[in-house]
Amino acid sequence: MTAAVNEVLLRSLTPSVLAILVRRGANFAAAEDAVQDALVEALRVWPADQPRDPKGWLVTMAWRRFLDATRADAARRRREDLVDEEPAPGPTPVVDDTLLLYFLCAHPSLTPSSAVALTLRAVGGLTTRQIAQAYLVPEATMAQRISRAKRTVSGVRFDQPGDVATVLRVLYLVFNEGYSGDVDLAAEAIRLTRQLAAAMDPRHIGYSEVAGLLALMLLHHARRATRTGPDGSLVPLAEQDRGRWDTEMIAAGVETLQAALARDRLGEFQAQAAIAALHADAPTAEETDWVQIVEWYDELARLTDSPVVRLNRAVAVGQADGPRAGLAALAALDDALPRHTAVAAYLHERDGDLATAARLYAEAAHKAPNLAERDHLTRQAARLNARRPR
Amino acid sequence: MAKYLLLKHYRGAPAAVNDVPMDQWTTDEISAHIQYMNDFAARLEGTGEFVDGQALAAEGTFVRYDGEGRPPITDGPFAETKDLIAGWMVIDVDSYERAVELAGDLSAAPGAGGKPIHEWLELRPFLTEPPTITE
Repeated sequence: MTAAVNEVLLRSLTPSVLAILVRRGANFAAAEDAVQDALVEALRVWPADQPRDPKGWLVTMAWRRFLDATRADAARRRREDLVDEEPAPGPTPVVDDTLLLYFLCAHPSLTPSSAVALTLRAVGGLTTRQIAQAYLVPEATMAQRISRAKRTVSGVRFDQPGDVATVLRVLYLVFNEGYSGDVDLAAEAIRLTRQLAAAMDPRHIGYSEVAGLLALMLLHHARRATRTGPDGSLVPLAEQDRGRWDTEMIAAGVETLQAALARDRLGEFQAQAAIAALHADAPTAEETDWVQIVEWYDELARLTDSPVVRLNRAVAVGQADGPRAGLAALAALDDALPRHTAVAAYLHERDGDLATAARLYAEAAHKAPNLAERDHLTRQAARLNARRPR
Repeated sequence: MAKYLLLKHYRGAPAAVNDVPMDQWTTDEISAHIQYMNDFAARLEGTGEFVDGQALAAEGTFVRYDGEGRPPITDGPFAETKDLIAGWMVIDVDSYERAVELAGDLSAAPGAGGKPIHEWLELRPFLTEPPTITE
């Protein structure tokens, strides 16, 4: 029987296979190329002949590819020596170096876009073509970005622990800024974050935030099917069909969050997840616990001091204490903030000033950072303009 | 085959026949317009004539070099008089006539009152590689 290759299984093996090659003495860049070759080979061969030990197969294939490449490169005598030291085949180690690979691929010396691309390839096991499609750039551009990234981290010691926060920022970007193509980047980000949590010692100081980010992703992903209408238009939270939210995923998110909060190391991802959980928990939009949401925004503002957080807080205050209170909170903020005008429009509408709201919605549409938001805000303006006498 | 750039302007093109700002349309009219644009792109993908299309933000900046060791000068946002591109579509078609036909179809997108906008679109041929056989 010819079965489709279990791509998720294949890709989940990527980081440990890569780490084994690096541990055997291959340099990171060459090892990463070899693993990528082995993945491509697996996709070709496995449908007809699935190996009993997929990981062992990948290690053998990748090591062979690495040696081929090294042999071909006659100028690099030093690596030739490795050929003679080829380790005897045997069981692969149980403990992998997945966590160290995450650190390397999210190294602070990399730009965010490079770190994202390298993480998706070296840890996620995606091909350069898939990553290029996901970010709407030519494949050659993405290949160049990845090889530059590998050169940048080539001098970094592999066994040095890094900063979990940099890894989480990269995973957050993958979750939040995917575009298109045949790979679901949000699902991939969840998989990579879950894999990271599994690779970490729960006593690690950064573990709570890893769990917090995982919870945040699950809670948002659970609402995904309801966020856009059949024609691709945005559906705001209050108008989403809550019956179509993925309750199992919400339960998993809440459970993950509660376990994280119990560790008493609050961070911004846990606070954001707590807000998402309060939304997910409300049977109707009207039953949302806005007072608690405001409290979490206060907590979040203490943790991050981000103006975007204060803007979102103003929306929550508008719900908890009325639109006037929301507008007062908004007045304290720089009106050049992204989405400031859209929030002002919304609060004025709730306050009953439809003329101002319509004008502000049209202005917000003009400044919208993407087409979906622009269309949504234009519709809001049109909706109000149709309702009031001209 | 010849490649053409279809340019839509926020400002700078002659006024459309059905020239009503979108926030004065009904929401159904907006939906119909968006649907028409999506269908148009999908149709061109289906015929193998679509290359690329992007929408641009309504604001931008002029930038120029200001000499060695100095940061570039910026001037913006664009003045009200500036021609402002709203977006583009690149098509790869067999003839100029086909390009004109498609631009006409795109300009017929419905607007206020569900009637075609008749907006002016700019059609610009790409300068391409020279052909191998020239004589």
